[in-house]
Amino acid sequence: MRDTLTGSRIRERRLISGLKQAQLARQVGISASYLNLIEHNRRRIGGKLLVDIASALSVEPSVLTQGVEATLIAALREAAADAVGQEAEVDALDEFAGRFPGWAGVLAQMHRRVVSLERTVETLSDRLTHDPHLAASMHEVLSTAAAIRSTAAILAEPGELDAQWRDRFHRNLHQDAERLAESSKALVAYLDESESPGDRRGLPAEEVEAFLERRGYSLPELESGQDVSEVVHSGLTSPASRAVAEQVLAQYAADARVMPLTELRAALDDCGLDPLHLAARFSVDLPTVLRRLAFLPEGILQRPAGLAVCDSSGSILFFKPVPGFTMPRHGEACPLWPVFSALTRPLVPIRRRVTQLGRTAAEFECFAIAWPQPVTEIGREPVYRSVMLVLPIEDSKGAGASEVEVGTSCRICPKSRCDARREPSILSEGF
Amino acid sequence: MSRKVLLIEDEPNITEAIRFLLTREGWNVETHAEGGNAVEAILAARPDLVILDVMLPGKSGMDVLRELREHEEMQALPVLMLTARGQSRDREMAEKAGVSRFMTKPFSNTEVLTAVRDLHAQASRT
Repeated sequence: MRDTLTGSRIRERRLISGLKQAQLARQVGISASYLNLIEHNRRRIGGKLLVDIASALSVEPSVLTQGVEATLIAALREAAADAVGQEAEVDALDEFAGRFPGWAGVLAQMHRRVVSLERTVETLSDRLTHDPHLAASMHEVLSTAAAIRSTAAILAEPGELDAQWRDRFHRNLHQDAERLAESSKALVAYLDESESPGDRRGLPAEEVEAFLERRGYSLPELESGQDVSEVVHSGLTSPASRAVAEQVLAQYAADARVMPLTELRAALDDCGLDPLHLAARFSVDLPTVLRRLAFLPEGILQRPAGLAVCDSSGSILFFKPVPGFTMPRHGEACPLWPVFSALTRPLVPIRRRVTQLGRTAAEFECFAIAWPQPVTEIGREPVYRSVMLVLPIEDSKGAGASEVEVGTSCRICPKSRCDARREPSILSEGF
Repeated sequence: MSRKVLLIEDEPNITEAIRFLLTREGWNVETHAEGGNAVEAILAARPDLVILDVMLPGKSGMDVLRELREHEEMQALPVLMLTARGQSRDREMAEKAGVSRFMTKPFSNTEVLTAVRDLHAQASRT
């Protein structure tokens, strides 16, 4: 079904581009009459000619060969793969989308809604336990999602459905979609309100992280030796967040002093991103290097760098995200992250290749180490902290297998067999 | 005699979908949307199986289940509980209250049908 319409898509794209048939034919080195045959789907097209035509029309070749149906098929395939306990006839996807494009579109749309909803759950599950208002809102959203999922699955079943039932389910689906949109908006409005100053759910550390994110995790004024308190007072309002920022930025300034930007840039050019080598070159400890690498102006490292710092209770003291790297704030993180494993062997550097599980698995190279904080009295036990630098691996398919698979938190982790599991996942089947 | 299920759920479109699925499987489906008098409704309907939502107006599904199990003749009645909260403590609470099966939203139709078939088969054997 898909291949036979390539010519029609070429014609459509050519008209959008405002090119005459003869002009396009000349650009790709064929006769206008041959292009005419192609555009009327009377000649098959592929290989170099297809690439040349796509280039002349400024589109990807796949847009011409697959068109919008490819997106629909991909969405249906994803819906089938995500289905639990229900096997779909994947071989008949083309036929289904071809015979019932409207229903296929509805199913794909509903699946996208469910996916979006799951992401919302993932983001909010950390707060869910602590906020009854949020829990009630999520109940509303999940109940609507349950109704949509159940109704859409009935409509997607093969075979004829009685017209009366079909119309009723169609109406229900529409109602639920509207309701989901409304409840989602209400939820967002509720969360937006929570961003207001002084809100009980805003953590000082989160406020500091938001401030640093706005500044791109790079503060030239600290690199050049400006006083930390001036920076803090110019960017943060609440006393608690200022207190936290004082600590974070004082550490930043100290790290920048012993690893100045110019020398660091030269060192990275010489020996690449090798934390141990950098530690030796600057005569500093590994935690300093890991922290410093996460607070650099854009473009100095070839890839973005995430960071997590925790204390020995597992509480996250600082978190800098990179795409795909998430960690709950309230002590429900996956204990398999190297930042936590490092606490079991202080001062031993760890390097691990880690996959964060989720709808779109992301792979990272992680460096971690735990180290004792200075003690102020003889005989007092040191408090340990652990730091982890997180570097995304872009070419994950070409590289070796990950050593560790981690989740965000047990409640929304899809990994069924896990020694670290604390509670059942809401993504799994009921017991 | 056809098997009877009582579906206690305040979300009408979930009720509609489950009613369709179970009717097609040969069940006689009765519905109820209120927690406050749910126990009375179960006692009156005498179903072979109950599907019970947790968050109901009037009284929570957990309380309904606890009260239901206080009736000696209702102790073996299969109860499938539906909830948006899937935390371990919610499951534990449901188990203590006497749930037969616990299922989190959003569930799939296959999950519901399988659970209903399993629970009914188990109850029929005893």
